[in-house]
Amino acid sequence: MITIDSLTKKYGDAIVVDTISFTARPGRITGFLGPNGAGKSTTMRMLVGLTEPTAGSATIDGDRFADLANPGMEVGVMLDASAQHAGRTGREILTIAQQTMGLPRHRVAEMLAVVSLDATEADRRVANYSLGMRQRLGIATALIGDPAVLVLDEPANGLDPAGIRWMRDLLRDHADRGGTVLLSSHLLREVEVIADDIVMIGHGEIVSQGSKTELLKAGGSLVRTPEGDTLEQALAAAGAETDRSGDGALRTSADPGLVGRIALAAGVALTELRTADGGLEDMFLELTADTQREGRAA
Amino acid sequence: MTTIATEHVLERRAGTGRMPLSRVVGVELRKMFDTRAGFWLVASIGITGLLATVATVLFAPDADLTYDTFATAVGFPMTVILPMISLLSITGEWSQRTGLTTFTLVPDRRRVMMAKTVSAVTVAVASMLFALVLGALGNLVGSTIAGTPLVWDVPLAQGATIILGNLIGLLTGTMLGMVIRNSAGALVAYFCYSLLLPTLADLLAASQNWFRDLQPWVDLNHAQSALFVGSLSGEQWANLAVTAATWVLLPSAAGLRLVMRSEVK
Repeated sequence: MITIDSLTKKYGDAIVVDTISFTARPGRITGFLGPNGAGKSTTMRMLVGLTEPTAGSATIDGDRFADLANPGMEVGVMLDASAQHAGRTGREILTIAQQTMGLPRHRVAEMLAVVSLDATEADRRVANYSLGMRQRLGIATALIGDPAVLVLDEPANGLDPAGIRWMRDLLRDHADRGGTVLLSSHLLREVEVIADDIVMIGHGEIVSQGSKTELLKAGGSLVRTPEGDTLEQALAAAGAETDRSGDGALRTSADPGLVGRIALAAGVALTELRTADGGLEDMFLELTADTQREGRAA
Repeated sequence: MTTIATEHVLERRAGTGRMPLSRVVGVELRKMFDTRAGFWLVASIGITGLLATVATVLFAPDADLTYDTFATAVGFPMTVILPMISLLSITGEWSQRTGLTTFTLVPDRRRVMMAKTVSAVTVAVASMLFALVLGALGNLVGSTIAGTPLVWDVPLAQGATIILGNLIGLLTGTMLGMVIRNSAGALVAYFCYSLLLPTLADLLAASQNWFRDLQPWVDLNHAQSALFVGSLSGEQWANLAVTAATWVLLPSAAGLRLVMRSEVK
């Protein structure tokens, strides 16, 4: 289990990470979500001891990362797939990790097979690798010590759709076997698909955290019907808040089950009814609005 | 695509054991040779040594065909290259960003620095033995071709001080690598340290009387060069101790602190 407790990082007056606390539990994939520059990478670097925190602590099963005897065998880390010596071959980079951890030689070939890098690719210098291949090599380095905990910064970057699917299955399998996975992303959809728990961060502060189902439920429902006025009155009578958007869709704070019952009672035919992920999405868009060229999202 | 074949439950491993320093040294030694740039840098010691031997046989006056001439010729390129090997092995972790992996696999950065220093010293000692042998072969061949008598004029004690002189040079590279942590910057600093500073010191000593007396106590290169000549007086040893402490040991301590605290991005 990863425990982040009141972790803070200041550079002079600028607060990059502001007293954040969360846990990533075994058997679950925790998505660390936030726009670029929100403090995700700084948090992860503090977790693995590459950056000294200003205050607070980050521990793995109660131990500081720096105190682990052979960290590669307890925590698999990939922070930046491009941070490799371009003059080394993929196989050589894995061999360095294998030797540092004191693992048997055959682990290198096994890992190359796990991440689907063939022998020719493995013997090429990393300078000639695509971002997707570097990402696979980074994953192999993280996995070679067979650690229970994985810490991955933007692991899906540069992967093609099949690669993203592969990564998703790999991490799901890791969590299903009791492992802990903490992965960061700036893409809401990606995290929504893969994570069990979501921690959303913006401007160095946690703005929302919880299990995915909880967070999505908080968004209420989105419903469409030709008889919008009738349904809106019925929902209002039941005490639910409603909001009609321009395209005729109705947003309400009631969850889909309740909306269905109310609609049935009011005799209104529905053309669409689903959970509105809007709560999470709106929050995320608000966060990203400052940094996006499109300006504030409407 | 392949997925992980193992179906075991992932649990925390207790007692994986602290990794021995010898293992870290082995890895760091490997990292010095496993890139083209690194390989040719180390290989250049052998290549320049061979060139220097051949050049001495061809161009040195017959009277100078002694072991000392050969050993000096072979050893000179080494005094320049060895500190660069040590320096680049450290700065590369930041300039090539490999430190991201290195320092997460071995979080105690002092151990990494220690391992890098030990492996650089290993390379240095091996190269110096190579230089001594190559010099001896050159002396044999050169003297035989020229028909001059064989002269072995490097006493064992001088051989030892030459090795010490080279090691101090190497540690200067280690120190600059830790203080600057950037390959280009540290190389520039190294050339200032080994070429510019001595020249300035000599100019100053030639023109200013007050500095002439002071120079042995403040100029590391001046004190270090005595090691290559051999048979040092007590005062020369004191000069060496003071200048090496000032220019290498103290900055190394500061550099190590910076390495410990610096962020790896």
